[in-house]
Amino acid sequence: MTAWFSGTLPWYVAGPLLGLFVPALLIVGNKQFGVSSNLRHLCAVLAPGKVAFFHYDWRKIGLWNLLFLAGIMIGGFLAFHTGAAHQVAISPATQAALAKLGIHDFSGAAPHEVFSWHALLTLRGFVSVVVGGFLVGFGTAYGGGCTSGHAIGGLANFQLPSLIAVIGFFAGGLVTTWFILPFLLGAL
Amino acid sequence: MTQTLVLETENAAVERSLRQSNRPVFLAVYLLLGIAFGYVLTRSEAVSWFRIQEMFRFQSFRMYGIIGSAVVTAAVTLALLKRSGLKSLAGESISVPDKKLGRGIRYIAGGSIFGLGWALTGACPAPLFSLVGSGAPVMIVAVVSAIAGTWVYGWLRPKLPH
Repeated sequence: MTAWFSGTLPWYVAGPLLGLFVPALLIVGNKQFGVSSNLRHLCAVLAPGKVAFFHYDWRKIGLWNLLFLAGIMIGGFLAFHTGAAHQVAISPATQAALAKLGIHDFSGAAPHEVFSWHALLTLRGFVSVVVGGFLVGFGTAYGGGCTSGHAIGGLANFQLPSLIAVIGFFAGGLVTTWFILPFLLGAL
Repeated sequence: MTQTLVLETENAAVERSLRQSNRPVFLAVYLLLGIAFGYVLTRSEAVSWFRIQEMFRFQSFRMYGIIGSAVVTAAVTLALLKRSGLKSLAGESISVPDKKLGRGIRYIAGGSIFGLGWALTGACPAPLFSLVGSGAPVMIVAVVSAIAGTWVYGWLRPKLPH
């Protein structure tokens, strides 16, 4: 019973629950599930400049989504402080592969050797956090969606553009994992 | 003439429903849904850099199980919803517009660029934000960087192939 309130949710519980947000948002206000649109809304709120892409009524179009995003941050905080696993039980094969790249501490959400304030000034930390973040923002805006809007919402609605985008997600992810990370982390 | 009239009424309906969904009670519902989503997402461990590595190394079924079962659940409920003809609680008829394919360049190029960043940060946009308050405060830098990335896209947009 306690498994419901702490630790790792089984994939067959977590996946369907996450999928239900697509119909839930439609039922509430005919809203389409998609988190990365918020990056555009934040640009429109914070610094629209002279860029046409950021000149629209964000209150009308994006306020609901920004609140959804604020909720995500609160929900993550609650889960983290009320029993989400702080050491993720990844497979021994992944542990071995990462150990070869110099990562030995598997606690937390991301390796401390790379994702800390201190590491931000190292090449691996800078590329992972600053360049990585930039690519996430640029790529999702260019591709018109992320894992939520394309991989879940788009595929569920049988959208060919979303399938192409998801193939791109994996192409990029595989290149980073197999060709970039060995150089980036291998120097640890 | 009639057509313009129809269009105007449709626009008025859209306007009304947009106003409707910005009512405080609806905004509170979106906040609550976000909290539930962030909670489940964190407990699912899809926010973990380590899980993303496991996925891109094909060393566990877990992430594929999560995304696959999320898609199936969303597809089935979406199909039922479309067939039901239900209206949303805010009053509009429920419809999901098709995504325009165009030349498709934006999807493969943008998708791949996002993929590069997904494996670097170990986080797609939702985890990027949620991690700031749940164990990886340095992710605030990645969030700022992601906003900058989106801004640069908006700036270069007229010059990029789509």
